[in-house]
Amino acid sequence: MTSTVVHEPRQRVRVRPSLKERLANWDVKVSPYLYIAPFFVVFGVVGLFPLLYTAYVSFFDWEIGDDNPKFLGFGNYVELMGDGQFWHAVGNTLSIFVLSSGPQLVVAVLLAALLNMRLRGPTGWRVGVLLPYAASLVALGIIFANLFGPRYGLINSLLESVGLDRVEWQANRFASHLAIATMVNWRWTGYNALIVLAAMQALPKDVMEAAVVDGAGPVRRFFSVTLPMLRPTLVFVVITSTIGGLQIFTEPKLFDAMPGSNNGGSTNQFQTVTLYLYQQGFEGFDLGYASAIAWVLFLLIVVIALGNFLLTRRMGRIR
Amino acid sequence: MNTRIGRPNFFVYAALTVFVLVSLFPFYWSFLVASRDTSMLSEHIPPLLPGGNFFRNAARVFDAVEFWKALGNSVIVSGTVTLTTVLFSALAGFAFAKLRFRGSNPLFVFIVVTLAVPTQLGVIPLFIAMADLGWAGHLQAVIVPNLVTAFGVFWMRQYIVDAVPYELIEAARVDGCSVFRTFVSVVLPAIRPAAAILAMFTFMMSWNDFLWPLIVLNPDNPTIQLALERLQSGYYVDYSLVLAGTTLATIPILIVSSCSAARSWPASCKAP
Repeated sequence: MTSTVVHEPRQRVRVRPSLKERLANWDVKVSPYLYIAPFFVVFGVVGLFPLLYTAYVSFFDWEIGDDNPKFLGFGNYVELMGDGQFWHAVGNTLSIFVLSSGPQLVVAVLLAALLNMRLRGPTGWRVGVLLPYAASLVALGIIFANLFGPRYGLINSLLESVGLDRVEWQANRFASHLAIATMVNWRWTGYNALIVLAAMQALPKDVMEAAVVDGAGPVRRFFSVTLPMLRPTLVFVVITSTIGGLQIFTEPKLFDAMPGSNNGGSTNQFQTVTLYLYQQGFEGFDLGYASAIAWVLFLLIVVIALGNFLLTRRMGRIR
Repeated sequence: MNTRIGRPNFFVYAALTVFVLVSLFPFYWSFLVASRDTSMLSEHIPPLLPGGNFFRNAARVFDAVEFWKALGNSVIVSGTVTLTTVLFSALAGFAFAKLRFRGSNPLFVFIVVTLAVPTQLGVIPLFIAMADLGWAGHLQAVIVPNLVTAFGVFWMRQYIVDAVPYELIEAARVDGCSVFRTFVSVVLPAIRPAAAILAMFTFMMSWNDFLWPLIVLNPDNPTIQLALERLQSGYYVDYSLVLAGTTLATIPILIVSSCSAARSWPASCKAP
């Protein structure tokens, strides 16, 4: 920070700064706040206000269009704690999350390492890897529901043709989670790989050269130099995929063989928390209860994201 | 420097090729079904070459839903959101990276922390607010909440820190440029690659957004994703029809992403 834009005006002989100078000073002082203001306005409206208001609504028996909601205190939360379907949804969400985020992260880092080599036509490979992110989730849901279709799906056809049993991708709880996780992995691995790649390219070259001089092989360099230095980015990727993964909604909704259903399968076998929230709020019109679900999910996300944050940091430190 | 570092061999290309093929497959599969008829799905070994029915199926899409209207709505929403996100993120990123002002560090940390707040969970109060404003069912209800993102501000700030030297900004000031003029003439030209990537990510995100439009828009004023969802919400799902729709809906975004990727990446990957 040797020189910055803002300079204290030097001592000058003139007593009063001219109008032009005062305007320029004012410009320098106020501009930064103007430039960052849009974010804070938008966040206030779509982030902070809803979060607080959701907390408020969650203490009422509040139906859509109801003018006199009844105050329940913690009633919604008490009911939620004893709600078997909610815990079932939490289980589904966690199961899908574990099946998707873990493998995805490992593959993304390896993929980034490959993309970081001096490839021919680097842009082509990067676009190819990012393509799934461009796929619309609705399209994706339909395509994967189709691929994993129990009767006519391509995957079951392939399984049968190599002599294996067909799998009930919809009806079986674990199999349905696996199918949905596949969808998530397919869509997000390339995206995360590119974020990791951007960080890899920003790493200082001299450290890597020093490691080469010291005789470290490529694998050793990757684990002992690259990975630890990527820690901030890995933390970022882990946190964002935790937040996204635990809010998963579109994939399970569209995977359902019953179109338009919010049940997450005939026995709720793949109903996630956000899907349950949607069902309570916009199918059952119980906004108070849905808000309580929202807050419990938020707290759950904070706890798990924090845990992942500490874990990622520690793993980096050991290396 | 040792030239053998990072020189890829056959296996690297093979691994990448497999990955890209897997990435492409669902796109190809949906085109395949869309270009035939639904009977292909019941065949034991499905054919792997496209048939000749794509345009017929595509035409049926336009009959089944208001595809043009949905497409137009999506272009308006995603276009506006992309423009404002890139502009506001670049401005805020410039302020955080190069301007000194009271509270700049804590405010930036705050923005990074907000990444952890799942805004998706705020849909209920946001819906109530939009209904009170009379915006429910109108496009601004989808546009306004997405005018600028924390990710965008973070991304642009990280880029501007390195990409724009202080000397340039100093020089502009000595020449009598206002702060905004400095932003337009000095900062904007320097950050084009990062802005293009952000634009691409934002456009994709907005184009594919589903939950919030589903809640706040009406079926007669849909975005493209809602129109797609409607295509499959009968009791009998005509997969050729639905997948023709998804193929059509994917074309614009493939064009946008290939263009902006080709423009941005080679430049941004030059070592500073």
